[in-house]
Order: sequence, then structure tokens, then C-alpha cells
Amino acid sequence: MASITFREIEGSSPRYWFLLGFIALFAALGLGAAYYMEHHGHIVTGMNNSIVWGTPHVFAVFLIVAASGALNVASIASVFGKVMYKPLAPLSALLAFSLLMGGLTVLMLDLGRPDRLIVAMTYYNLKSVFAWNVVLYTGFFTIVAVYIWTMMEKKMNAYSKAAGMAAFIWRLILTTGTGSIFGFLVARDAYSSALLAPMFIILSFAYGLAVYLLVLMAAYTWSGRPLGDAVLKRLGKLLAVFVAASLYFVFVYHLTNLYFTKQHAVEHFILVSGGIYTTLFWVGQILIGGIVPLIILLNPALRASRGLLVAACLMIVFGGLAQMYVTIIGGQAFPLDIFPGWEEKSAFFDGVVHQYIPSLPELLLGLGGVAIALVMVTFGIKILRFMPDSLADAEIDPHAKT
Amino acid sequence: MNDNQPSHHSSNEVDEHRRHFIGASAALAGLTVAPGVVVYGLAHAKPDSEPVTNKVRWGLLVDATQCAEGCTDCVTACHTENAIQTGALETDPHWIRKVELKDMRTGRSQSLPVMCQHCEDAPCVDVCPTGASFKRADGIVLVDRHTCIGCRYCVMACPYKARSFIHETLTDQNPDVPRGKGCVESCTMCVHRVDRDQQPACVEACSQAGHNAIIFGDLNNPNSDIAKRVAGHPTSQLRADLALNPGVRYEGL
Amino acid sequence: MGKWVAGILAVLLLSVGAYAASNAAEKASRTAKPEIVIDRSKSGDKCVEETSFMRKNHMKLLMHQRDDTMHKGIRTEKHSLKNCVNCHASSKDNSVLGSDEHFCQGCHTYASVKLDCWECHASKPKQSASAPVAHPVPAPATQVGADRK
Repeated sequence: MASITFREIEGSSPRYWFLLGFIALFAALGLGAAYYMEHHGHIVTGMNNSIVWGTPHVFAVFLIVAASGALNVASIASVFGKVMYKPLAPLSALLAFSLLMGGLTVLMLDLGRPDRLIVAMTYYNLKSVFAWNVVLYTGFFTIVAVYIWTMMEKKMNAYSKAAGMAAFIWRLILTTGTGSIFGFLVARDAYSSALLAPMFIILSFAYGLAVYLLVLMAAYTWSGRPLGDAVLKRLGKLLAVFVAASLYFVFVYHLTNLYFTKQHAVEHFILVSGGIYTTLFWVGQILIGGIVPLIILLNPALRASRGLLVAACLMIVFGGLAQMYVTIIGGQAFPLDIFPGWEEKSAFFDGVVHQYIPSLPELLLGLGGVAIALVMVTFGIKILRFMPDSLADAEIDPHAKT
Repeated sequence: MNDNQPSHHSSNEVDEHRRHFIGASAALAGLTVAPGVVVYGLAHAKPDSEPVTNKVRWGLLVDATQCAEGCTDCVTACHTENAIQTGALETDPHWIRKVELKDMRTGRSQSLPVMCQHCEDAPCVDVCPTGASFKRADGIVLVDRHTCIGCRYCVMACPYKARSFIHETLTDQNPDVPRGKGCVESCTMCVHRVDRDQQPACVEACSQAGHNAIIFGDLNNPNSDIAKRVAGHPTSQLRADLALNPGVRYEGL
Repeated sequence: MGKWVAGILAVLLLSVGAYAASNAAEKASRTAKPEIVIDRSKSGDKCVEETSFMRKNHMKLLMHQRDDTMHKGIRTEKHSLKNCVNCHASSKDNSVLGSDEHFCQGCHTYASVKLDCWECHASKPKQSASAPVAHPVPAPATQVGADRK
């Protein structure tokens, strides 16, 4: 195998600066939206006392889950020793770092008191899954940073496998933590399931790889570097496995609930009568986010088209956002049943499906998080050597069929 | 570790307090007092400078058979006492609400107030990342707004829909009841009144309306009205399946 | 890499320069020391501690009392925020906030220290300390909701 040369992208063309400026504009809009929400209070959002987590959380949790998944490519290289993935590893680590930063920024800026970030860092309730996550996030940043260092610094290369292993284990724990934020909520029918943690891990594989593929293809196409079919074919097949596994987990989760009589009401809500949540589940999460991309990715003829591959990845991202919307907001929209067997009515909306309409500031804040992640990647590949000069088939695998 | 770990804290505090108290009262009375008797006395005479103790567990008993359909005196009293402005929006705060129930099979209707259930093992306390949600030694579950970051995880975790997030700037707060934008809050069992040996506002209002459907008292004190009622009548807990041991009990449900 | 280091250094140098310049400008037009009138008829002659001690340490006392009251239910009057407000509210409008002549706001503006008490705490004493039942009664619920829609 030819030795791989990593190089910064030049990033001096007007097109590069236009791209960076365009993404930065969204980041700025997101920050502006956060300031607006902070100044007026959450009254200017669609969130209320029944739906307390809204669109910002949909984006934030998606980004955090995708962050962990984006590290997969690097893990396959370091942990499982697949040579072909080695040149892809640094970008994967950078993307993971950036996505987590974007997600956490959204989560933090949506707090009722974001000015008290220091309190969140200094007061820990060790029984809180959230507090665990704060530790997990911090650890993830540290480990991924060290991992990148061991990959980039020649003298440290020997430790890259160990760092990769640590990062791999840590990301599994991290996503277990993310899933458990919901899984440990005993009060709500849509959550309180141990299955949510492993399900989030599988979902993270799919979302993270889809985002990685999109970034990879964009970076190589726009910087004019060769990107061969061998890499895309391999990653595309892997993505198909992850999407199929995701569908399987979602299937088992709902099948379990459908068997438990006490869960029938919430299942009926999500699967049949939930309006927007039902539509997003079947059309968004299952059809657009699962079945259609699966058909594309499993069919060699379709998969060979880069346009369709991009479309499949975009659909998986869309399906991921739909899944988060259904899980997070749909789960809250279904009312708490405090008095089983009774019809409940009160001035505080007991016993009725809760209303939520996303507001513009929330959407801008969420997109701002995506933009922050993309700015970091776009800028990162300009200042440091994250990307190989070429990922042409001959470089990656001389025996690959062209 | 920090100041917001009531469980660690309170036990030391309590022991110390008990020693002081027993010593002081014995000296004052000039005779040996049985420890049990001291504990009863403690419940209703805490000096301002003494910390609350876990010898007391404050609780409420809601008698659904006495609660009148359509009567919202307890809710109004709560709003007045705690300077809560609320209305018909889903963003408005509710510390206590009247829930009208209809049995799905028989059509029988009932009416009762629901507020923070002041659980012994409160999910809101478990999930709060900063420890701002905490349980006082005497069982009252509160939010420390000084460390609440407004993440709303407690609202997600509460099985009783007891918590509200403050969505906009507040004015004209009661000096005894600080409240503000960006934090989560819920029924405090009128802790500022309880600490002055007064009853919660809802209890007082219900009794003034002649219903006496809400009783307040020390569940740990076998001589208190509430403990006698709970001991002598069948009462239930909301979402008893969750085994949270709430401090609010319901009778006739 | 070299040009990045140079760039970062340049930005740092520029910001230090700008800071120095703004500092000089500030000295020229420095906020005047606030003149705060304390209503002695209400407060008596003395604060709960020596004035010099309070200037330096009031925040520590308040912080300590804050945790004691919140978590342990200790409700001694002396170092409570309520007690501060009771004495130091302006005799004009009964508040510690509102202008640079008001007790809390005046000094904190002068010292340029952000106040984080009054988002939640009342900046005025309780209407009538002797009759604790007389609280401000909010407008009927439905009307309030309708107003804000």
C-alpha cells in the first residue's frame, strides 16, 4: 500500500471563505436566537410546562448521538485494525469532537439559566444521569483530543491504538448515558426502558456514519481531491448494516410495548393516533430514514451513484431528526396517567395530549448547533492535517477493482 | 461534595441538634424526659436558629370525599400566598390544581387537588444534575433556585406533573417566596409558613371553606391528626406502583 | 502553522492595547461615587454589623444565610436578605432598586458587580409586616391569561 500523506486543505479560495461564512452565519443566527430566548424567557419558544424539551433538544441529542457514531470510522481503524479505515480516522475524530461541541452548545444555551454554566460544572448530584453525562462529555473531549494527537504526532503513533480503544469504549458508555437520560425516566410511558441505551448506540452508528459520509464527500469534492469508489462502497455497505440494525431495535422496542397492556395507550398514540408524531414516525423515521436508504445502500447499482449515496445519507439524517422529535417531543406530548382507570381533567392540562409548535428561535438555535459543528470541521481541516491528499482507489487498496 | 447533599448533611445535623435539644430541655425542666416525649415537642416548636430535623415528616392528607367539585379555594389561596399569576396558557405555572376525575367504567366523578407529593424518594431529586432539587430533612421537597440551571430534567422525571418552569420575567414576588424566570418550581408545602408553625395556605383555605379536605401535619408523630387518620383509615398514594412513598396521601379515592 | 501563531499573537496584542485605551478613557469619565441616603427613622443608627465589615463581607453573610435558610430552614432575621431590604429600601419608593440612588443598585453599579438576587427576590419589604395575610392579590386567573395571549 502506498504511504498516505495527510495535508491541510488550502482554503484560500473565495469559495472556501463563502462556505465558511455561510455556515458561520447560521452559527451567528443560532447565538442570536439563544440571546433572544434568554432575554425574554422561554415564553418566546413553543415549549411549555408540559413539553419542556423541544426542538433545541431534538437537535442537541441528535448531534450528541451522531458525535459518538462519527467516531466509529476511527474505531474500526484503531480497534479492529482495518487498514483501509486508517486514512479516514483523523477526520472521523475531528467530526466527533465538533458534533459534540455543537450539540452541547445547543443544550447549554437552551437552559433557563445559561449564565449558571459554572454551577453545572461545580455542583454535582452523583445520582443524576445528567451529571454523569457532564462527566462523559468532558471525558469524550479529552480522550478524542488525545486520540487525534496520537494519530497526528509521529512520536505518539505507537499509542494510537490504545487511545483508539479508550475512545471506543468511552463512546459506548457515552451513548449509553445519552439513552439513559430517557431510559431512566420511570414516570413516562414512552421512556423507562433499558432498551433505549443500546438502541441509542445503534442509532448513533447510523447517524454518525451518515454525517461522516456527507462531510467526507463534500470535503473531497469541494477541495478537488480524489475520492475513489472503494472507500464509499465499503462505508455504504457498513451504513446499510447500521440502518438495518436500527430498524430492528425500533421494531423490538415497539413490539415489547405492544405486548404490555399498560403500554398500549402510548403505543397507540405514537403508531396510530398521534397526528404529527405518527406521521413523523412512519414517514420520517421508518420510511425516509430507514427503508428507502436501505434499498439504496443494499442495491449495488443504486449505491454506485454518488448522488443517490448522498441522498441516502441525507435521508438518514432527516430520519434521525424525525426519530428524536418522536422520541423526545412525542414522548412528552402523551399525557401522564396519574389516575389509571379515570378520565382526568384540570386547568393544568391533565389527561390531554399536549400541544407543541416549534418556534423560529428554537429552530435557529438547533441549526446553529449544526453550524458550529460544521464551522469547526471546515476550519479544522484548513489548519491541521486531518485529510489524506488522496483517497483514490489505488492509494487505498491497489487491488481494488476500478 | 457540596452543601447540597442533604442526606449526608442532615444526619449529623440532626444528631447534634437532638443532643442540644435534649440537654436543654432536660436542664430547663429539671427532670428526666423520656426521649419519645421530647420528639413530640420538637415537631411544633423549632427555634429560628435551629435546623429542621428528620424526626419530623411533614405531610398532607387529602380527603377526596370532603373535597367539593368546582371549589378552587385551595388553588386561589396558593396563588395568593405565593404571588403566583397564572392563567389558561400551557406556559403558566401551577403548584396546585384541582383535578376532576370520572371513572371510565362507572361514570362516578370525584374532585381533588394535586400538588407536589413530597416523595421520600423523589425522582426530581434523583435526576437534578446540580442538586438544586432536594429534600429537606423534614421531608419537604424544594428547588434551590440559587443552583437551579433550568434544565427541566426534573419536570421530565416527575410522575405527578407537579413542576412548572418559569417562562418569563416575574415581578411583585412575596418576600417570603422568591421566584423567578429560568428556574423550575413547585409546591413548597408553604415552607415559609410551616417554619413559623403555620399551616400551608391551601389547608387553611380549605378549612375556612368548611370542607377540611386537606389536613397538614407530622406523619412521624403518632399523636398528630394526620398520623391518626393515616393509621386508622384506608388511604392511598398516587402512582403507588412507583414506590416513591409520597408525603401526600389520599383518602376516599 | 507559523502564520497562525503570528495571527493569534497579533490579536492578543491588539486586545491588550484596546483594553488599556478603554481603561484610560474610563478613568477620565469615571462613574461618580453614589450618594445613597439611608432612612434612619426606619433602620435605626446601625446596621446588623459594622458598616466597614458589611461593605466587605455582606455577600459572604448573605451566601451563608442563603444555604442555611434554604436547606436547613434556619430563619434567623439578622443576616437575611429580607432584613437588608426592610431597612435599606428607599423612603421614596420603598425599594432597593430602581436608580443609582437606591441602596443595592447604586453601589453595585459603582462597583460594577452584577446583582443576581432580584430576578427572584422581592426588592421591596413585605407590604405590611404586622399583618402577614395582606399579600398582593393577583388579578383573577382568567383575566391574566387573556391579557397575555
